[in-house]
Amino acid sequence: MIRRINASKIGHKEINERIRSDSGDVLLEGCLGQGFIGAGMNGLHIDIHGVPGNTLGGYLNGAQITVHGNAQDNVGDTMNDGKIVVHGNIGDAPGYAMRGGEIYVRGNAGYRAGIHMKEYRDKCPVMVIGGNAGSFLGEYQAGGIIIVLGLEKGDAPIVGNFPCTGMHGGKVFIRSDCADIEFSDTVHALPATAEDVKGIEPFLKEYCELFACDLGHIENSPFTIVVPNSKNPYQQMYVGN
Amino acid sequence: MDVEGQIRIPAGCALAAVISKEGERFNGEAIIKAMKPMHHRSNGLGGGFAAYGIYPEYRDLFALHIFYDSEACRSACETYLRDHLEIVKGEIIPTRKIPTITDEPLIWRYFVTPLRSVLASRQLDEDEFLARIVMHINTFMDGTYVFSSGKNMGVFKAVGFPEDVGAFYRLEEYDAYAWTGHGRYPTNTPGWWGGAHPFALLDRTVVHNGEISSYDANRRYIEMFGYKCTLQTDTEVITYIADFLERKQGLSLDEVADVIAAPFWSTIERKSDEAEREKLSYLRKVFPSLLVTGPFSIILGFDGGLMALNDRLKLRSMVVGEKADRVFIASEEAAIRAMEPNAENIWAPRGGEPVIVRVKEGAY
Repeated sequence: MIRRINASKIGHKEINERIRSDSGDVLLEGCLGQGFIGAGMNGLHIDIHGVPGNTLGGYLNGAQITVHGNAQDNVGDTMNDGKIVVHGNIGDAPGYAMRGGEIYVRGNAGYRAGIHMKEYRDKCPVMVIGGNAGSFLGEYQAGGIIIVLGLEKGDAPIVGNFPCTGMHGGKVFIRSDCADIEFSDTVHALPATAEDVKGIEPFLKEYCELFACDLGHIENSPFTIVVPNSKNPYQQMYVGN
Repeated sequence: MDVEGQIRIPAGCALAAVISKEGERFNGEAIIKAMKPMHHRSNGLGGGFAAYGIYPEYRDLFALHIFYDSEACRSACETYLRDHLEIVKGEIIPTRKIPTITDEPLIWRYFVTPLRSVLASRQLDEDEFLARIVMHINTFMDGTYVFSSGKNMGVFKAVGFPEDVGAFYRLEEYDAYAWTGHGRYPTNTPGWWGGAHPFALLDRTVVHNGEISSYDANRRYIEMFGYKCTLQTDTEVITYIADFLERKQGLSLDEVADVIAAPFWSTIERKSDEAEREKLSYLRKVFPSLLVTGPFSIILGFDGGLMALNDRLKLRSMVVGEKADRVFIASEEAAIRAMEPNAENIWAPRGGEPVIVRVKEGAY
């Protein structure tokens, strides 16, 4: 039995209280800017119509959230487990300090997607961005996987300026040869091998299933993999070799 | 209580704006609606609005909106005004008593024009003349603060949540072709009526979310040109920078954006267009002290248009949407949807990328 909650007249606190007050999946309608929806929750699916506010699914702990439109800033902040699916675009700093679970965005992401994502043992967060990502993608990334597919048409570059600044762990996959993208000296940006792409195929498949795309089309493109140049992170900063 | 300018507390805020490119005028209900879903971005210590096109019957006169602490302040200020300006009309700004807005000062407005003889003897154009009068009052006349000084436009601001401030000033009774709105969460100053946003000088107004780290560098530079930053708030200095660069230096709005949110040198070097590279380097070299650093998103209002701008690192949010001839700008998409549920082409401008919207020529 899906519980319907009309969010149009209630604040974020009451929304979360009503979601928590009972078990079972929730259909949230008429959302308009209420923040923190689903914070820390597990064991249910929250289906959202309207525009959820900032920090959607913050500290999410296993719940699944679907947004049938755009989401604002800070989606999945410090998310631990679960899945967030956004059918539109997503604002700045999605997946901030995310440490587990998955975020799938059909459209574009704003600035600082995946800032300070991290991983530990079997906890490896994944964020797939179907369109383009803004500047500072994967800033200070410490772990996890960020995948940018560049499927949106338009003039915008697949990633903005200063990608992977301060990156010291994890992987970023960009579906492009990245000829025009300038990376910092502290990361390696290399053409991804077939084996590399194979490694992320489950997430690409999931993306295709969620948003009805063709996996063959997505894989029929060069990918660039970015990893930290962490053998000697100071070498290139101080020595000119 | 210490007021603005006497104390600095080590900003979160809410911005919204709407403009009709056709110059159609509409009342303040839409902009008030936009502030509601962003309620939590303010803390009740300041809200305000700027409205363009609201005084068409006095379109050739400067409209001064003034806060007075007392009748004595008012009479002193009016004497000063009469020495320099012809006051065509002076009246109390109509307000609505509501429990959430208290301790209001005396709030007056005057429609004025410079006395020709005084203007001629000073050898100034009327904008500069007016700007100097505003600076003089705000710097030297205690208990008196001019918070709006443009033609056919006005700022309405107070201590309170923005939706309450809108009701207080009866904004449903004004029709404007462009509105900006601000909900304040003051972090550096205590929150006083004059310190609420928008900040204004002549027709330029600024609403701002952020905390600029270049305040003192910017202030020291701009004060060399006759501006006086009396309130210690970063928004005031941005207002004066915009006035200085556009009105006095004759820069275009795009160039103003290239000065205050200048691209990094490394980004300039990578530009393929040589003329663009040269222009950006030139602006950075000529106005290094007007680079505004630290997080900000601002909406600059002016006669006939709006400009939205983020800091170059984009450390604050800003979303733009459209519907027919209307353009909407806000800190959050929800605010745009509150104004127009069917807004289209929702997008987030990049850091340092100005979004300039103008009313078509002749329509304002």
